[in-house]
Amino acid sequence: MALLEVNDVSKIFPGVRALDQVSFTLQPGEVHALVGENGAGKSTLIKVLTGVYQPDGGELSYRDAPAQFGTPMDAQQAGISTIYQEVNLVPLMSVAQNLFLGREPRTGLGLIDRKRMDREAREILTGYGVTTDVRRQLGTLALGAQQMVALARAVMVDAKVVIMDEPTSSLEPREVQTLFGVIRDLHARGIGIVYVSHRLDELYQICDTVTILRDGKLVHTGKLADLERIKLVSLMLGRDMAEVRREGATAFSGAATGDTDAPPVLRVRKLNSRHKLHDVSFDVRPGEVVGLGGLLGAGRSETIKAIGGAYHLDSGDIQVDGKDLKKPTPVRAVEFGIAVQPEDRKAEGIVPGLSVRENIALAVLPRVSRFGFVSDSKVNEIVDRYIKRLRIKASSPDQAVGDLSGGNQQKVLLARLLATDPKVLLLDEPTRGIDVGAKAEVQSLIDELAAEGLGVVLVSSDAEELVEGSGRVVVLRDGVVVGTLTGDQVTTEDLMATIATEATREH
Amino acid sequence: MTMGLASEPSAIVVEDVRKAERTDRVVGTIQRQGALAVLIVVVLIALATFPNFRSLDNAATILVAAAPPMLIALGMTFVIITGGIDLSVGSLYVLGGVLAAWASQYGILAAFLLPLAVCGAIGVANGLLIAYTRMAPFIVTLAALLGARGLMRAISSEGSDTYLVQNDAFRKLGNGSFLDIGYQVWLVAALVVIGMVVLARSRFGSSVYAVGGSEDAASLMGVPVRRTKVWVYVLSGLLAGLAGAINAAKLGSGVTVLGTGMELDAIAAVVIGGTLLTGGAGTIAGTIAGVLLLGVIQNLINQVGNVNSNWQQVISGTFLALVVVAQTYLVRLRRVT
Repeated sequence: MALLEVNDVSKIFPGVRALDQVSFTLQPGEVHALVGENGAGKSTLIKVLTGVYQPDGGELSYRDAPAQFGTPMDAQQAGISTIYQEVNLVPLMSVAQNLFLGREPRTGLGLIDRKRMDREAREILTGYGVTTDVRRQLGTLALGAQQMVALARAVMVDAKVVIMDEPTSSLEPREVQTLFGVIRDLHARGIGIVYVSHRLDELYQICDTVTILRDGKLVHTGKLADLERIKLVSLMLGRDMAEVRREGATAFSGAATGDTDAPPVLRVRKLNSRHKLHDVSFDVRPGEVVGLGGLLGAGRSETIKAIGGAYHLDSGDIQVDGKDLKKPTPVRAVEFGIAVQPEDRKAEGIVPGLSVRENIALAVLPRVSRFGFVSDSKVNEIVDRYIKRLRIKASSPDQAVGDLSGGNQQKVLLARLLATDPKVLLLDEPTRGIDVGAKAEVQSLIDELAAEGLGVVLVSSDAEELVEGSGRVVVLRDGVVVGTLTGDQVTTEDLMATIATEATREH
Repeated sequence: MTMGLASEPSAIVVEDVRKAERTDRVVGTIQRQGALAVLIVVVLIALATFPNFRSLDNAATILVAAAPPMLIALGMTFVIITGGIDLSVGSLYVLGGVLAAWASQYGILAAFLLPLAVCGAIGVANGLLIAYTRMAPFIVTLAALLGARGLMRAISSEGSDTYLVQNDAFRKLGNGSFLDIGYQVWLVAALVVIGMVVLARSRFGSSVYAVGGSEDAASLMGVPVRRTKVWVYVLSGLLAGLAGAINAAKLGSGVTVLGTGMELDAIAAVVIGGTLLTGGAGTIAGTIAGVLLLGVIQNLINQVGNVNSNWQQVISGTFLALVVVAQTYLVRLRRVT
């Protein structure tokens, strides 16, 4: 008896067949991985399941009866809960209000029982490792904690089906374990889970079955344990298995160490920021990719932001090409040749409503304008060059960036950074949330840029990406540099060992 | 692959969390109670400097004068918390007054029901257009402002016909008092209390905050976004019509020349009261403080006598600018932590 069944569902948008006769079955107590590249149709399928979109063809059946969800509310009331990739809660409302919105406990008079709500919220959230004051505004919590609140909310609604869209993308490893604990609990209670993630390790750790979509079509469904990793990747990419195997897990060609005799293009000395950074120092040579390793919260993003002038520093020296960058601000950092790709590309990077051309042009306007007037032909020339150079897939330079896939958005952002003619490129999670194919492309781009002589600082939570992409890895823990891996030491084992040994020594 | 190492929260992190929580509380309090604090300071200064301010009579005068603006600002608070704006309320206020005065010949009930019905209907139209066609509230309610003003002028022959209040009971309601405080103040106070309970303690109130805080999230969380939007504009229209009616009762006629710019005063009071113009946060207690603050400033300028009363607007404008700057700063402070 299937819990949720989708038969031959199609969804057509102008010019795109987002779902093409896709079928999907979820059993009670099953953890079902839904995978595919960006644009494969995962999000569309989820939105059809949750009443956001109405299918153009095919049918849904839920608990053995034909079902139709006109609104997200209908789906939610039927017992289908969703946690979206971007935390979808109300940041200005309190944690407890977010948890109970629409289901607040009420007093005899029909009024919301605040005391009971706060108390129950506290009890529920403790089970998810969130121990903050539940009356705080949700938006003031760390992203991981917000995600946990979203999860707690989904689970709370007597859900029969929980859909998780990249639930771990903003979680710390410790929080991921908490999440998996919750998933196992749901599994034991007979709740069906649809789990969307790009992290293969997680899929194999937690999922029973897998459904693979590609270009809106179903390409495979079955037991996950029976499916080799390499086969899974090849099905997602639609590429030849041998080719995938030959290319390895990441697209990096090897350690970009640059010219070991050249003077450093970026020299960072004793960066200090209260509670976050303590005497962080390192060098980057031209053509070198230096990875910043460590757990979430170790100070990697802070270091990058501080060098880019977007994070407060109490003290420290930064030199670019031998010139002192004193009191860095974002504008001065750009003048010195520092380009920063922020971690949250939606909030801090691209302007989704503007076109690809306009987004790239933002960075070059100062260079192509004379007396405040902009030369269109010069802008177009630069834009076209980068669209080609970075292989940005857009219907035209005038397409809005918000309509592009995550991978292409990232490339537009990279194009904008490169258009400022930087000497140093600081990349914070450049491949987060983008599909495997685009990931590989971004990775080879990083390689190419380094080969052209740029100094690159790379932050990635993906340890494999970090060690394969970096010529050297500077390991941070709690804002302190605890070690530097060079040459043969640049392996995931050494990286973890460095973090772990330092961790135990302190206690 | 990711690193599967658990990291214990260090003492530094815990201290950071505590500090963040403390900052959040302090900033939140300033946001909510700032207008009240300023009001208290202004009142204390006024008490010390203006002997005439210090009378119960004067306090009652301030409250009676503040009653209609308070009703309009009450509705506006709901609207602005949803992230919208209602520019039509000034026109609806005048229209409501004229309709109430005219209808008073058919009894006190008619004097209330007609303005409520007409202004409520315009509120429904505003709400439906905004919620279902996704037109900008600014434009929709601007159209309603013009339309309602036109309607008022049409039924009053270009504003030259003044309808006198025919009903004694209705007139008494506008001029009588209980415990030396005008009836309309009691009515408004009761409605404000109901409004506070609804906003803070009902599911509708939660929906209002959720819609303004993040419309997409609210809709994904199953909040009836459209219905909530329609209701806040209906509420705003009804309250503006009621404000017009009680003003007509007080003046004894439907005055056609008042009310221009009332919507802007209401918006100013709401924003001064700590409600974010971008939606998602705000309180009625703040709005009360905002309305009274503007009322007290007006009253003080009248007390001084030889000061041009237009200075009141200069002072209100300055307050508004200061509050908006402070809000921007406070919101940022809260986010950083």
